[in-house]
Amino acid sequence: MSGGMALLTIFVLAVFVGFEVVSKVSTTLHTPLMSGANAIHGVILVGAIIVAGHADDTYVLALALVAVVLATVNMVGGFVVTDRMLEMFRRPRARPAPGDAERPA
Amino acid sequence: MTPAWAQVAYLVAAACFIVALKGLSSPRTARVGNLVGAAGAALAVVVVLLAGDIDNVGWILGAIGVGMVAGVPVARRVQMTSMPQLVALFNGVGGGAAAIVAAIELTDPGPQLLSGGGPESGGLPLAAAIVTLVIGAVSFSGSLVTFAKLQELMTTRPVLINGGPVIFAALIAATVAVGVAVGLANGTGAGPIWGVLGLVVLSLALGVLFVLPVGGADVPIVISLLNAFTGIAVAAGGYVLDNTLLLVAGTLVGASGTILTRAMAAAMGRSLANILFGAFRGGSTAGSTAESDRPVRSSGPEDVAIVLGYAQKVIIVPGYGLAVAQAQHVVHELAQLLAKRGVDVSYAIHPVAGRMPGHMNVLLAEANVPYEQLLEMESVNGQFPRTDVALVVGANDVVNPAARTTPGSPIYGMPILDVDHAKSVVFLKRSMRPGFAGIENELLYDARTSLVFGDAKDSLTKIVSALKSV
Repeated sequence: MSGGMALLTIFVLAVFVGFEVVSKVSTTLHTPLMSGANAIHGVILVGAIIVAGHADDTYVLALALVAVVLATVNMVGGFVVTDRMLEMFRRPRARPAPGDAERPA
Repeated sequence: MTPAWAQVAYLVAAACFIVALKGLSSPRTARVGNLVGAAGAALAVVVVLLAGDIDNVGWILGAIGVGMVAGVPVARRVQMTSMPQLVALFNGVGGGAAAIVAAIELTDPGPQLLSGGGPESGGLPLAAAIVTLVIGAVSFSGSLVTFAKLQELMTTRPVLINGGPVIFAALIAATVAVGVAVGLANGTGAGPIWGVLGLVVLSLALGVLFVLPVGGADVPIVISLLNAFTGIAVAAGGYVLDNTLLLVAGTLVGASGTILTRAMAAAMGRSLANILFGAFRGGSTAGSTAESDRPVRSSGPEDVAIVLGYAQKVIIVPGYGLAVAQAQHVVHELAQLLAKRGVDVSYAIHPVAGRMPGHMNVLLAEANVPYEQLLEMESVNGQFPRTDVALVVGANDVVNPAARTTPGSPIYGMPILDVDHAKSVVFLKRSMRPGFAGIENELLYDARTSLVFGDAKDSLTKIVSALKSV
């Protein structure tokens, strides 16, 4: 299969997977899901690294490095912020009074 | 050519992203899912550095370091209240990165573009590069405007420009024309740098004009849509660079983002087209936006404590004001105190309360409010007629009966929490300022309504201490 056709096939299949995996999400998780998906498209960092790694010209390299910085902010920041949100959903459901959570057992 | 082991590693990373999205759809698996996604992303970065035939590694690692120093502390410290802005900002920089990658590929085509751009591919990689550039830039400027709106650096009302729709259409036409010109010029080998710059400027303008007319209450949906846009840009970028991981990850985000956007629009009872272009068509100015000086019944914390303490059933309706005041802990304390007195207490969560769908769930989860007390709109609305007191903490638009009664109001048709069916309503508000959508709420002037002015946390703290002595 030619490269272009293979990529197109992958694209179409990924569309269906994308639709399928979030089809039954509850409104409770809309924010973390949005934020998590946001972090995933930070993988453009890989593209930015490829471009920066093949830059011969100083200007091109400088521009590509800007893309690397932006993509890193997107990816790393996105995953950290999503984790912080989700941390709150996992706390025990017993109901300690505010402030009790920090007290050692 | 990417070595086979690297291709396999990319496949593993892509699978991690699918697991991450799947995990994020359920509260029990969400955190693990997110970590799996992060692991996949880290794997992908290591693989490209080792296998991508990469020069300038020192510079690249330095740039990654700069990005982490810029991104991580903000992500760790941001208040839960400011989450929507931050997501918008992160989304924007991702779109910007995609646009830069595409711009470089267009002006200085690397081996990837050439290898994928043989005659049999019919110029598709070239077209994909132009798409990446345009969508990435639209997402970048659109997200920055969204950020400015949420951060209240600019007005949260729809900004309408005379002839807006005409300018918007003309911009789209110009973008398409320049895009085609760049594509053709690139095919003949002419340096298209001015064309690319022109395309960048046009796309940035398009992004700004796209978001400006969207009203404050609809901004969360726009974030979600721009998120999907960046996903599509990244996918197209994967096509350009002949990189399957970018293609899969971008497509996943694009597709899931589209579904999520539609789900949110459905929660607000509006079509996506109406949200995006409703303000363009005008007619969304009905309902007074100025503060009026009609009398309201203002009440003290002690009175409210008595009303709450002797009620049988209380429903708490949290909104953005609760988030601003960081009042989630004290509201939980109040709820526990009432429960101890035998009052039936629950929370009514509107799907778009706050500045982002699910915003209130995140905050109340932070305060350890038990899951079972958080009721969604469909299940709680039938309970309001049996409710003695609806305590509205910093919410406005999501309880505004104008959504049912006033055709022509910007929020008309949005499903709301029917607090006006409760026997009495207590609003905790900072001021008489209209809500984020800028529409006045008739319920504030109702005879059964009383208002406690002030910061939500202060008011709640006073109510709690008054309740202890009732």
